[in-house]
Amino acid sequence: MDYLAAGWISIIAFCILMYVLLDGFTLGMGIILPFIRDQHQRHILFSAVLPTWDGNQTWLVLSGASLYGAFPLAFSIILPTLYFPLFIMLIALLFRGVVFEFRLKSKGTETDKWDCLFVFACIVATFMQGLVIGTFVNGFVGSVKDMIIPAYNWLTPFSVFTGISLVFGYALLGATRMIIKTEHELQERLYNIAKFALFCVWVALVIISLWTPFVDEFTKNKWFHSGHTAKLAILPFITTLSFIACALGLFFKRERVPYWTAVIIFCCTSFGFGYSMWPYIIPHIVTVWQAASSHGSLVFMTIGASIMLPVLLGYTWYSYHIFRGKVTDVIEY
Amino acid sequence: MTIDVALISRLQFAFTMSSHILFPSFSIGLALFLAVMEGFYLKTKNSQYLTICKFWSKVFALTFGMGIVSGIVMEFQLGTNWNSFTFMVGSVLGPLFTYEVLTAFFIEAGFLGVMLFGWNRVGPKLHFFSTMLVLIGVVISAFWILSANSWMQTPDGAVLKNGQFIVTDWKEVIFNRSVIPRYVHMLLAAWVTTGFVILGTSAYYLLQQKHLEFSKKCFSVTLAALFILVPAQGFVGDEVGVEIHKDQPIKTAAMEGVWHTQSGVPLVLFAIPDQENETNYWSIEIPHFASVLNTHQWNGTLVGLDTVPKADRPFVALPFFSFRIMVGLAGIMLVIVLWGAYLFVRERLYDNKWYLRACLSSAPIGFIALWFGWITAETGRQPWIVYNVLKTDDAVSKVDLNHVLLSFALIILVYGVIFGYFYFKFLFKVIAAGPIENPKNSDQPFSYMGH
Repeated sequence: MDYLAAGWISIIAFCILMYVLLDGFTLGMGIILPFIRDQHQRHILFSAVLPTWDGNQTWLVLSGASLYGAFPLAFSIILPTLYFPLFIMLIALLFRGVVFEFRLKSKGTETDKWDCLFVFACIVATFMQGLVIGTFVNGFVGSVKDMIIPAYNWLTPFSVFTGISLVFGYALLGATRMIIKTEHELQERLYNIAKFALFCVWVALVIISLWTPFVDEFTKNKWFHSGHTAKLAILPFITTLSFIACALGLFFKRERVPYWTAVIIFCCTSFGFGYSMWPYIIPHIVTVWQAASSHGSLVFMTIGASIMLPVLLGYTWYSYHIFRGKVTDVIEY
Repeated sequence: MTIDVALISRLQFAFTMSSHILFPSFSIGLALFLAVMEGFYLKTKNSQYLTICKFWSKVFALTFGMGIVSGIVMEFQLGTNWNSFTFMVGSVLGPLFTYEVLTAFFIEAGFLGVMLFGWNRVGPKLHFFSTMLVLIGVVISAFWILSANSWMQTPDGAVLKNGQFIVTDWKEVIFNRSVIPRYVHMLLAAWVTTGFVILGTSAYYLLQQKHLEFSKKCFSVTLAALFILVPAQGFVGDEVGVEIHKDQPIKTAAMEGVWHTQSGVPLVLFAIPDQENETNYWSIEIPHFASVLNTHQWNGTLVGLDTVPKADRPFVALPFFSFRIMVGLAGIMLVIVLWGAYLFVRERLYDNKWYLRACLSSAPIGFIALWFGWITAETGRQPWIVYNVLKTDDAVSKVDLNHVLLSFALIILVYGVIFGYFYFKFLFKVIAAGPIENPKNSDQPFSYMGH
């Protein structure tokens, strides 16, 4: 039973990471859009994400559903406690989605207006996601009363900073991903945007790494007083290497290097985040074991996931495979 | 009635749900229509079918996107606003939602791209396969949702332990007593609803004397389908009624306005129910018919609302009137279908202006019936969220009232502007632009944007 709960928190972590990587570059595309002035170039960017973006957000839906099924206690406490940032994020995501659709059906100056709204929605959704992550790093203060943590404040300088950082992070993912999908002038432009984003992400990540031990004693002990410090040093090491590789890739214009190194940076950061949280699902109040669903439910879910997750990864890969390569023309329905 | 978190959360849920349900229903219907049309195209190679597919694909893409984004709100809203409920039923309903995403959403989302943009990236067979998978996806998705909702009406296969439901038998949970008739009822509703939209759109073109070949094809296929689906829905609806009476007799009592247990109950065609004094005013009745419909017996007994304490009764007027509106609209739909069949036999289907006008104005009729059907189902089971176990008022999260008011206000604003105005604006734009009957375009499905 313990293994099942650990397995499910890993699956959920994996789904969230998939969401961050896939929808991250879609949201990131929106964040960098203001730096692309040309209408046709914007159309190209939209066309690059159009065929696959529906699937991207499904990873968020799966994360939510799995959390609900595998850890109902955590789902029931976290969601209402973070009511405000979550709702703003949901509405921003909804807004982003519909603007996406409407934009494709509009023309001329009307398109510009939709673009503004799209950028706004992408930034707000990303910021709120970063805010929620920061909230978790902060650790929840106060106790659970009526299945909610009433005294908890999600708006702290640290969480605001993680919110802003994620905006840069997604911008990096978006710009580097779009480099792969485009060519010529637009690609040149994206290289420059990506350089700027990379620099901001680097600064942000250094600040967060230095700041985290001060906001949360528990995390500090896990990293510096658990005897694993040497082993853990590999994470910042790989991250630093990835940063260097990413920068080199951008300067020497190796199309694929920047995106995949950015993915590695995100993976390392997520792993570090996961390590900091463990074994808590609501830091530092409820552990994974306490929140786990009944054994039967976990078994039932595991059967479905072990059959469907590989299939699902298979056709996610397949649909990306079909729409691989450069986008040279604008597509519509 | 005081303004508290429970009330606003109820209103917010009702509002978001009512908006959301329109899109999946329309998607379920269009997915079937598109799959059938593409099948015809593969079989006959008649390019008219391809034109139909291309046109309705645009509507499908727009609608499906709305369904996904509004669905994400639904999922998270359960936790944010109803956490006592999610805690209690998480082990039961959580896995069902997980299965929904695993089995259905990813198929839809994964192959939707191929279906919409893959016309010249994959072969025609593989494209048809993608369309079929999208259809299967939406149909499976609807099943899991109906299964979860039906379990809340008839909570089988699980026991309450330390304030949480523990599943004893998954088969009983998934295939609980009420799910099959309710699921079929919902699928048919989605198909009928979409049928009337297609019928109305085609009638619009016919009245305008535009896209005649296209419209006639859409019109005749849809009318033929509705000729079967609408009466079938009548039978399934009756089945659902019988099922409700068996498992939720108080809901039946509210729908039929039965205050006191009696046999040979008359069918109340119209009345003003009075919750306080437990009686109906101005009632127009057909003797024995409520018993016949709900029990299939002339003198069948219907349980009255007075068998449960006042606090455990639904607010009768809501299910009572919604039920009548739903059935009334179903009657209108039947008339339209039979009228169409009559005109078809007389070979005057496409030139009777009054009939076409009737079809055009009944384009949204299915959606309204669907709404009122769900309002009947969901208000009729109040005050329970999990039938006879957990009350809706006890399920609500103890969040800050201001936050809930703010989220509700934002939702009304965003949904109102987006769904209420822009969705229809773009839908009408697609319809006004009409199908592209240029054969060159059929070879080159990626038409270029703008100029």
